[in-house]
Amino acid sequence: MTTIAPRTSALGSSILAALGLGTAVLIANSALAQATPAPTDLKTLKGSVRVDGSSTVFPVMEAVAEEFAKVAPGVRVPVGVSGTGGGFKRFCAGETAISTASRPITPSEVQLAAANKIEFIELPIAFDAVSIVVNSKNDWTKTVSREQLQKIFSAGGATRWKEIDPTWPDRPMKVFSPGTDSGTFDYFKEAVIGKDGKVRSDVSVSEDDNVLVLGVEGDRDAIGFFGLAYFEENKEKLRAVPVISASGSPVAPQASTVNDGTYPLSRPLFLYVNAASANKADTAALIDFTFTKVDDLLDEVGYVPLPTQLLDRSKANWKARRRGSQLVKDGVKVEGAFASVYH
Amino acid sequence: MTIGHTIPIARRLRHDRLMLAACLAATTLAIAVLSALLISIFVQGFSSLDWHFLSSFASRKAANAGILAPLMGSLWVCTICGMVAIPVGIATAIYLEEYARRSRLRSLIQLNISNLSGVPSIVYGILALAAFGRCFGAISSDDPWTLGSPDSVFFVQFPFGRSVLAGGLTLALVILPIMIIAAQEALRAVPVSLRQAALALGSTKWQVVWKVTLPSALPTMMTGAILSMSRAIGEAAPLLVIGGVLLLFSVPDNLMSDFTVLPLQIYNWAGRPQDDFHRIAAAAIIVQLVLLLGFNSVAIVIRQKLQRPLQS
Repeated sequence: MTTIAPRTSALGSSILAALGLGTAVLIANSALAQATPAPTDLKTLKGSVRVDGSSTVFPVMEAVAEEFAKVAPGVRVPVGVSGTGGGFKRFCAGETAISTASRPITPSEVQLAAANKIEFIELPIAFDAVSIVVNSKNDWTKTVSREQLQKIFSAGGATRWKEIDPTWPDRPMKVFSPGTDSGTFDYFKEAVIGKDGKVRSDVSVSEDDNVLVLGVEGDRDAIGFFGLAYFEENKEKLRAVPVISASGSPVAPQASTVNDGTYPLSRPLFLYVNAASANKADTAALIDFTFTKVDDLLDEVGYVPLPTQLLDRSKANWKARRRGSQLVKDGVKVEGAFASVYH
Repeated sequence: MTIGHTIPIARRLRHDRLMLAACLAATTLAIAVLSALLISIFVQGFSSLDWHFLSSFASRKAANAGILAPLMGSLWVCTICGMVAIPVGIATAIYLEEYARRSRLRSLIQLNISNLSGVPSIVYGILALAAFGRCFGAISSDDPWTLGSPDSVFFVQFPFGRSVLAGGLTLALVILPIMIIAAQEALRAVPVSLRQAALALGSTKWQVVWKVTLPSALPTMMTGAILSMSRAIGEAAPLLVIGGVLLLFSVPDNLMSDFTVLPLQIYNWAGRPQDDFHRIAAAAIIVQLVLLLGFNSVAIVIRQKLQRPLQS
């Protein structure tokens, strides 16, 4: 390889170092070292904890990984965003130590993990709420019920506002939805349309929540849904529609209504930890760290902390390294309210 | 018979002016779009560009965020890619142009190379994930075969998993067809008389290739290398399949390290709702352009060093 003399800035020399590859060992300390059984000093701990999964949980893991890198610089925490389903595919093949999820693991994913002899620990860490959003110029959609949502979002449903409520204008409706790979979509489909129903296909779809924000912001007749955190960040551009709860009263998506369980469209967010990795010092340190920081960081990224009781259960399950899912038993999804099912 | 006899001069001159205007308009359009793009990126991103931005890891706060991990990731991946794709591409071109007999097999290979250069890069990503990332499932990633120690830069594990090596090889696959075709064109442009002269002096075929054909074709080959490396450095899709990592607080230090690259980081930042992140995404684009120019200047220096007139 011909050597050339680039401008002698530090960046230039580091570029050359990488070009040479041979000298690149200077860049950082060694990685992939096998974690030693119980080092208490995070500063000297070395290792690698691969994280992948939900784009909804990404802001949380981003914050955790960034803060963790400050206290444990020797532990590498690459965070991927393959979506909840994509993340579980990697997790169940043993490629990642932690899979983040915006829905519980499914029976078929549990099966896949078992087939590959992967055991896991299931840890809820926060609540997210799906918010129904409309354009800020929309002055007719004051509240929305589950039945109306079904009409709006299911296949063969309404195409004009008037068909949903006769008092609403006779104008075409534009529907925006997250992509089918996202946990938000999975959750919404199951919560609103039901397992066997179909979401309409004539909608604008994007995996990128920001595109949905732009779409709804730019069209008076738009309606869409995405996570509460995204709405919180775009409060001034969009309006969230209160959803009629089981008791018949409209409930706006807010931390308080999610936390007390009155907001109907909220869901828990999870970390699934590979049980073999959980016994390693690097992964254990990261999860311990997550639990100590989670409430502060959630507040920062716009999610709703778990009620103390649930968080304590999650922590206890981590401490006991309790394996398996509380939400899928004997190959079947456990029905019921999350707070009463998870223990 | 010349054209002048059939078409009046005034019409021909009008035609001439018309075509000049059309070509000029096309050039202006291309340059206008490009400069609009570049100017908007520079205006948006230049203020965020400083040493801190280059030397820090990512952050959830745009003001603290830097691009050290994706910058080093891009360097590693593209270096590996270039070190594999350029020699292999040139060697393939030499075989096809100088050695291979005109046969059905050769035409078949040629046809496939041309077709492969048009295959969407994500397809290479999926293929590479199976081949490099998982060794087609032949070796468990729980229990990899290892070569060397993790402290060495040249530490290698089979399967490669989601490492810089897998990423670099994937990009090498993506650009190999372009590299081969460019190198073939370069070899074809070398006059046959040069080869014949060397052969007449008693050179072996390899001596002809090494001493005569390759030196005169290399400058053109470097242009091909520039184009293909430019493509490699901007690729995001196949690396998303291979690495899939968007956030990293470490730089690669051996061939098996996890990595992320600049296009992925730009994609991640540009997709966020906050304007601050759009600004640092623009700054990252500037860095990406500089990096691209850096890689290209290596090839340009090589080209300049090697270029010499054919006669002498």
